Amino acid sequence: MLGEGILKGMAETARNFFGSFVSKERLTTVQYPEVRETLAENARVFPFLVYDEGMKDGERPEWQAGLRCTSCQICEKECPPKCIFIEKSKDKKPDAFGKMQFYPVRFDIDISVCMSCQICVEVCPFDSIKMDKQFELATDDRFGGLLYDVEALARSNSYYNDIHPTEAAAIDKQRAETKVMLAAKAKAASEAAAAKAAAAAAGEGA
Amino acid sequence: MFDTLARNFDQIFILLRDWLVSFLPAGMRPVAGIVLSVATIVALFPGLFALTTIFERKGLGRIQNRIGPNRVGPFGLLQPVADGIKSLTKEDIVPVSANAAIHFLAPLVLVVAVFMGFAVLPMGRNMVLVDMDCALLFYFAMGASTELAVFMAGWSSRNKYSLLGAMRAVAQMISYEVVLLLSSVAVVMITGSLSLTKIVAAQDQYTGIFPHWYIFTPWGLAGFVMYAIAATAETNRSPFDLPEGESELVAGYHTEYSGFKFALFFLGEYLAMFSISGLGSTLFLGGWSAPFSFLQWVPSWIWFFSKLMLSIFVFIWMRGTLPRLRQDQLMNFAWKFVLPFTIFNLMVTALWRFMGEGWLRWVVCSALLAAAYGIMARVSMRREHFEPRSYRYAE
Repeated sequence: MLGEGILKGMAETARNFFGSFVSKERLTTVQYPEVRETLAENARVFPFLVYDEGMKDGERPEWQAGLRCTSCQICEKECPPKCIFIEKSKDKKPDAFGKMQFYPVRFDIDISVCMSCQICVEVCPFDSIKMDKQFELATDDRFGGLLYDVEALARSNSYYNDIHPTEAAAIDKQRAETKVMLAAKAKAASEAAAAKAAAAAAGEGA
Repeated sequence: MFDTLARNFDQIFILLRDWLVSFLPAGMRPVAGIVLSVATIVALFPGLFALTTIFERKGLGRIQNRIGPNRVGPFGLLQPVADGIKSLTKEDIVPVSANAAIHFLAPLVLVVAVFMGFAVLPMGRNMVLVDMDCALLFYFAMGASTELAVFMAGWSSRNKYSLLGAMRAVAQMISYEVVLLLSSVAVVMITGSLSLTKIVAAQDQYTGIFPHWYIFTPWGLAGFVMYAIAATAETNRSPFDLPEGESELVAGYHTEYSGFKFALFFLGEYLAMFSISGLGSTLFLGGWSAPFSFLQWVPSWIWFFSKLMLSIFVFIWMRGTLPRLRQDQLMNFAWKFVLPFTIFNLMVTALWRFMGEGWLRWVVCSALLAAAYGIMARVSMRREHFEPRSYRYAE
C-alpha cells in the first residue's frame, strides 16, 4: 500500500524522539568536556618515549638518564610520513641493563605530520617508543606547538603502566627476565674469568 | 461570572487593542487599530520562527539520538539569539555579476508576500486582520507570488546552482500549487464561501461533544492529506526540499545570499510554513474552534496556535524521517497520483454534498475514496523495472 513505508518510518523516528527522554540507549551523546568516557585500553593517539625511573647518571635529569631510546634510528627510517627526526649523541650512557648505549640528543616528532600508524612502536627493539592516549593537544602555535622535542615526549614507565596496563606489565616482565638472565650471564662470565685467572695464577706458581 | 471571564480572555487581544487605541483622537482610531494589529503579526511570527528553529534543531537531534544545541543559555534556548546576532554581523556579499537591484529585492518580496497571507487568517474568534469575502483567493494569490521571489533570487544571482535551484523550485511549486488549490476547493464547495471566517464558523458546531471539523469526513480527510503533501512541497520542506538540496545544489536559489538577506530567506521559508499550516488548520481542522464542546472555554487563539504548532511538529517530524525525492519522482507523484486523486476527491465531495444527511453517504464516499486510493496508488505509482542496459557499440 502506498504510504505504508512512510508511516513505518515515522513510527521509528517517533520512537527515537520520545525514547530519547527516557532511555539512555536512544540518547547516546556524551557531553564531552563535562562528561568523559574512559578510553579503550588500546586507544592510541601519538607516540611518546618511555624512561625508567630511579636511574642516576651524574648530572643528567631523571628522564634523560632513564631514557630507553638508544637512537638506533630504526623508527626514523621506518616512519612513513617521516615525522621523526633523531640526532645521535657522541658519548654513551648506561642503559637499564648497565650496558653503555648512545642516546638521542634530539628526538623530534612533528605531530602535525604523524598519522598514528604505530609502525615506530612495532619496529622499536628497545620498547622505547609507545603510543600515548592524550588527545587534547590543541595549540595556538601551529608550527612550534605541534613539534614535540625529546623532553616533551619523555614519559615515565609508571605513566605507561597507567595508560596501557596489560601491555606494559608484559614488557616489564620480559625486561626483568632479561635483566636476570644478563646478570646470570655476567656472573658466569666473571666466575669463568676468575677461575681462569686463578688457574693462570696457579700455573704461574707451578 | 466564569463565562464572562472566559469570554474576555478569549477576546483579550481585541480588548487590549481597543483600549490602547482609545487614547487617540477618534479620527485616528481605525488606522491606529490596523497598524497595531499589523505590528503584532509582524512581531509575533518572527518570534515564533525563532522558537521554531531551536525546537526544530532539538527535535531533529532527539530523532537522531543526540541532544541538539544546548550551549547558549539554559538548555540552549538562547541559540536563536546567537544565530540572529551572527547573521546580522556577517558580511553581506553580492556577486559582481549579479543583478544588484533584483538580488536585493528578492528576499524582501518573499517576506512581504508571505506576510500578506497572514492578513486573512482568522487566528481566533474575531481575530482576523482583514475579513475578506474572497480571503482564500487572496491567500493563494499571495502564496503564488512567493514563486516570483524565488525565481528573482535564482535568476539575479547569476550562478548555476542558484538558477537550477530556482527552476526546480518553480517547477515544484507550480505543480503542487494546483493540488493545494484543488484540495481547498472541496472545502469551498461544502461551505459555499471563500471567506475563511465563514469556513471556520461552519466547522465551529458540535454533535454531542464532537466538532464538525472537515477532517472528520471522508472527503475532508483525503483532502487534508493531499493538502498536507502539497503544503510540504509548497514550502520546500523535506522530503520535497529539492530546490535547496545541499548535496546537489549547495543551497539552491539562496546560494549567493549571505548575512541578513539569507536570514530573510530563512525567515520567509518558516513564515510560509506557519501560514500554510494556519490555512490548513483553518480549512480542515476547524481553525480556532475547540476539539471538544466542553473545552470551548479555552481561548480560541490558544486552539489556533496549538494546531499551528502541532502542524509544525509534523513538518519537523517528516524532515527527520524522510529522504529527499528525486526530481522525476517528485513530478510523477504530483501529476500521476496527487492531482488525479485530488480531482477525484472533488467529485466525491460533490457526491457528499448532494447525497444529503444520513449514514449512506459516509459508506459510499469512504468506499469510493479508499478504492480510488488503492487503485491509483497501484496503477500510477507502479515501479518500473528496466532491463540491464546494453550498449550496441561497446560490445
